[in-house]
Amino acid sequence: MPTSPAEPSGAPYDLAVVGAGPAGLAAAVTAADAGLTVALVDAEPRPGGQYYRHPAPGLGARRPEALHHGWPAFTTLETRLRQHKQVGRVRHLPGRQVWTIQQSCDHAGRWTLLTTATVPPHDRAAPGDQNTGEAPGESVPAHHLLLATGTYERQLPFPGWTLPGVVGAGGAQAMIKSGLVLPGRRVIVAGSGPLLLAAAASLSAAGARVPYVLEASSYLPYARRPGPLLRNLGKLAEGARHAAALARRRVGLRTRTAVVQAHGTDRVTGVTVARLDGDWRPLPGTEQHLSCDALAVGHGLVPQLELAVELGCATRTAPDGTPALVVDSFLRTSVEGVWAAGETNGVGGAQLALCEGELAAHAVAAAAHGETTAARTAAALRTRATRLRAFADLMARVHRPGPAWPQWLRGDTEICRCEEIDASSVREAVDTFGAGDTRTAKLLTRAGMGWCQGRMCGPAVSCLVSGDGSAPVSADRRPLSRPVPLVQLARHRPQGRP
Amino acid sequence: MSRTPAGLVRAEPHSAISIDYDGRKLPALPGQSIAAALWAAGIVSWRTTRRGGRPRGAFCGMGVCFDCLITVNGRPNQRACLVPAHDGDTVTPQEGDGRADLAC
Repeated sequence: MPTSPAEPSGAPYDLAVVGAGPAGLAAAVTAADAGLTVALVDAEPRPGGQYYRHPAPGLGARRPEALHHGWPAFTTLETRLRQHKQVGRVRHLPGRQVWTIQQSCDHAGRWTLLTTATVPPHDRAAPGDQNTGEAPGESVPAHHLLLATGTYERQLPFPGWTLPGVVGAGGAQAMIKSGLVLPGRRVIVAGSGPLLLAAAASLSAAGARVPYVLEASSYLPYARRPGPLLRNLGKLAEGARHAAALARRRVGLRTRTAVVQAHGTDRVTGVTVARLDGDWRPLPGTEQHLSCDALAVGHGLVPQLELAVELGCATRTAPDGTPALVVDSFLRTSVEGVWAAGETNGVGGAQLALCEGELAAHAVAAAAHGETTAARTAAALRTRATRLRAFADLMARVHRPGPAWPQWLRGDTEICRCEEIDASSVREAVDTFGAGDTRTAKLLTRAGMGWCQGRMCGPAVSCLVSGDGSAPVSADRRPLSRPVPLVQLARHRPQGRP
Repeated sequence: MSRTPAGLVRAEPHSAISIDYDGRKLPALPGQSIAAALWAAGIVSWRTTRRGGRPRGAFCGMGVCFDCLITVNGRPNQRACLVPAHDGDTVTPQEGDGRADLAC
């Protein structure tokens, strides 16, 4: 029977990294190269994060790179990780989620990460048997902390979006990459942002017929501000590669177009699409019905900032309207001893995440070694990060949801999937009861109070409360960043209290 | 021959396993999540909601949305997109909060 209490065990690590995606993985191996002891905590069973998500070994994929760009960069990092693990310089804790981080009062290590298993241990408990052994909580003490917690997908509701077969574009990607499965045979991809092109490329390469990619924004703004694009020719090439792949598979790309309704009873059987104006307002008379058996939809990504916000790290609104951490050129957050890399600092893609992970590790190593500034070797990385960040900001501006998208909602369109709260209820809370922020709207309607804790409906509720579809997504406080079994909470003794 | 995700990455699974879903025996591949095994069988809905009784399945695919909740070996509210399928698992669709046994 697992009885381990949530007590710090062993000597503190020099650095704890949360998240083993591109940023966290690059940070962990770079810090270990610099001589630091590192704990790398990750929710997933295998390193790589969402971007380098890949099948479990049992699936025997001989060519996992067929679903990836830049796969060698990952395998190189994975090899370095394995080497550091072998000599005990990095401890990799896969399949564990950090649910909170405590700042210690003593000198045993400044930070203590409290973790819980992502998935409970396998068992075959009889129905109704509550005595199912939970994995013990494990705590990880460390002197320095680096947050590389990545993102989840931003969803904007529309009538029918809760029908089975309507899946996140990122969700479809994740299921293909790790499970080697498709949501359907004829899949429409819709929403906004570069992930749509990647998802359409994966889906069609894996055998789905993708008749259309529907992008709500226009690509013209990229051409109107060519500076960042010309300084990032790799991104231009990436776009061209996607365009060629889609053309080869006869995927039609329509811009300024959105799905305004999904149809079906037990699963999606088709969608109504409409042209949008520059504010994402559906244009009457442009509706068209398209048949499909799955719809992959997403509107960009939202940084996962629960741990950072709870620690008190300052946030800003990124150009795509999502919250991002405020960091300096050494990737220090506003809280001393806490660094952040990758998407937490504003969505910018895997290349930027790899670059920032490395850069942050150099900065932590310099701090750990008592230097006031990072080594000169980091200068080139910093230049590269600045260049990639400029492109990320352009991309974020182009794909920020337009102010008028809520016009495609109907009164009975579900906004909160967990609590089944519709648009008219949220609007009533705002118009009749005067809810002026998402928290008040939540208390009045329960929107955002369910299992996902507002991660799915939060962006939409922000927009409905402010009456502006381009409204910033709030950086919600979630004291428990992940669900924690009660038994684990009960065993936990807060530090500094007898 | 039609393209498949497994064909694309030239997958050679170590062994075939199976799970019991709602009385049906479904094949699965070792390392696949329960949601992936269900998708492979063409099943995209396995939960009904608490209030409206509406059908739901996997949505975010990465453990964030909790729409894919399912009962695995008698334990309700498991995220099908995260829980790996094990040979012989008994998986049942989840109605509402999956705790009908606690209702009086």
